[in-house]
Amino acid sequence: MDYFKTDIEKLHHQLANGELTSVDLVQSTLEGISQIDPEVQAFVTVNTAAALKQAEAVDQAGIATDQPLAGVPVAIKDNIVTKGLKTTASSKMLANFVPIYDATVVEKLTAAGAINVGKTNLDEFAMGSSTENSAIQVTKNAWDHTKVPGGSSGGSAASVASGQVVVALGTDTGGSIRQPAAFNGVVGFKPTYGRVSRWGLIAFGSSLDAIGTLTRRVRDSVPVMNTIIGHDDKDSTTVDRSAEDLGAKIGQDLTGMKIALPKEYLGDGVDAAIVAQVQAAAKQFEAMGATVEEVSLPHTKYAVPAYYIIASSEASSNLQRFDGIRYGFRAQDVKTLDDVYVRSRSEGFGAEVKRRIMLGTFSLSAGFYDAYFKKAGQVRTLITRDFEQVFENYDLIIGPTTPTPAFKIGDKVTDPLTMYMNDILTIPVNLAGLPAMSVPAGFVDGMPVGLQLIAKHFDEATLYQAGAAFEDANNYVDQIPGGQA
Amino acid sequence: MISKADVAHVAELARLEFSDAELDQFTAQLDEILNMVDQLESVDTTDVPVTTQSVHLENIMRQDVASTPTPLNELMANVPTSKGNLIQVPAIIDKEED
Repeated sequence: MDYFKTDIEKLHHQLANGELTSVDLVQSTLEGISQIDPEVQAFVTVNTAAALKQAEAVDQAGIATDQPLAGVPVAIKDNIVTKGLKTTASSKMLANFVPIYDATVVEKLTAAGAINVGKTNLDEFAMGSSTENSAIQVTKNAWDHTKVPGGSSGGSAASVASGQVVVALGTDTGGSIRQPAAFNGVVGFKPTYGRVSRWGLIAFGSSLDAIGTLTRRVRDSVPVMNTIIGHDDKDSTTVDRSAEDLGAKIGQDLTGMKIALPKEYLGDGVDAAIVAQVQAAAKQFEAMGATVEEVSLPHTKYAVPAYYIIASSEASSNLQRFDGIRYGFRAQDVKTLDDVYVRSRSEGFGAEVKRRIMLGTFSLSAGFYDAYFKKAGQVRTLITRDFEQVFENYDLIIGPTTPTPAFKIGDKVTDPLTMYMNDILTIPVNLAGLPAMSVPAGFVDGMPVGLQLIAKHFDEATLYQAGAAFEDANNYVDQIPGGQA
Repeated sequence: MISKADVAHVAELARLEFSDAELDQFTAQLDEILNMVDQLESVDTTDVPVTTQSVHLENIMRQDVASTPTPLNELMANVPTSKGNLIQVPAIIDKEED
């Protein structure tokens, strides 16, 4: 299957009217993976046998016109648990972990007839911005195999960008969907915090984590998000809202839409060529009838320090469960129970995970809590208020997704602080729990860059409306690694 | 400035162990990260509440109803070593302290 030339809607029509069977589609997807992935290394596990069996069942049951995902292959980030299918979080700690239940999002996708063709690589426990922190393999950027795919959903982004699948699930705690989407020239969608159940997502920063999609086209994200949203008794932070079509406003005229462009997102440290692409995008929105005005989000520069305290504190708590007792890696030749904990954790976790556990434990420890964890939580409030003030007068915020295009593999991995600064434009959104999207916005030095769109809580419909209009006004979707679609 | 002794103490709290060389490296890296974090000191947060949850939910209640638990054999499926239905671990009491 040439995923560069099709989309979910076309596939659905072919499946529903019998031009294509799900078994054929899954088989050709698996062939594509076997040809492309040895080089790209996006997949940690390919779900060959189960995917074909599931496709057979879908074909047998028949595909109705109101089942947009039935028979469609999807890839799933490997920090989302899948019953009976190894789920590693790209960590030695979970290298042999086979979950006994499905995450709610997987359950919902399966019920909708989507076929899980495999699990994608990530920075260990989703901690990183390049997927180099994976304990399993190094994923390559689909456009340049000497460059990083971004992270932490680097495997999901590269799998879509290299044409192996039409959609992959990712997770976004500080930009982990949007940043790799930008680096790989695909669309990354992060919903409002609480839209999608986190049940079965291996927890990193529980007040920040969100599950979303990576797709080549804005419209391909919609049926997947519509399927996975909704209240879940197993995740009390999911918000109870009646069924909505998040894509309902796609195609509506942008006339009168009020767009804000924060000056802090175009400041120091952001590549001048990326700033120029964003300014060009602003002009395009104006040409479509929207107004674009410069605004200020004055606390933006404090987002990275606040985030690293909050996310690391939550991670240090969440990762306490990995103790070598009930599941996961257990160190050998240990003599006491305390040794099991200490040695299993020390040998099972990689350097970045340990760094964050240490930073989090420090921030929560006696004597430092007020100066670090509490202070970061207060600054988080100020960052949220900045957004609230802008959204009193505007419908949408735009800016770059990343300060630079993708960098070389090996360039930043030894320098944690430089790596952290890479997330400066995506982190504020997670702190405020807002929905956001990265859409392809052109190229800088031959590498794709992303335009970030940010909307009010639960206003995903406006993101899709503006994102689809921007995609339609450009031809970036026709440009693929190595040429034209 | 975070000291090597502070880092060693935090490692103990986090149930992690490091070689001496690793402790030096982590001390330097954490110090650099904390220097970056110290920018937060310059923000006036007088009377600003702490945000821990971004979509303003509180006190989510549910009925306390019994449900069928996960079968034991499934729960034991990922246990590294077991004996019967029990999880096997090394001796809990350090014999040298007897």
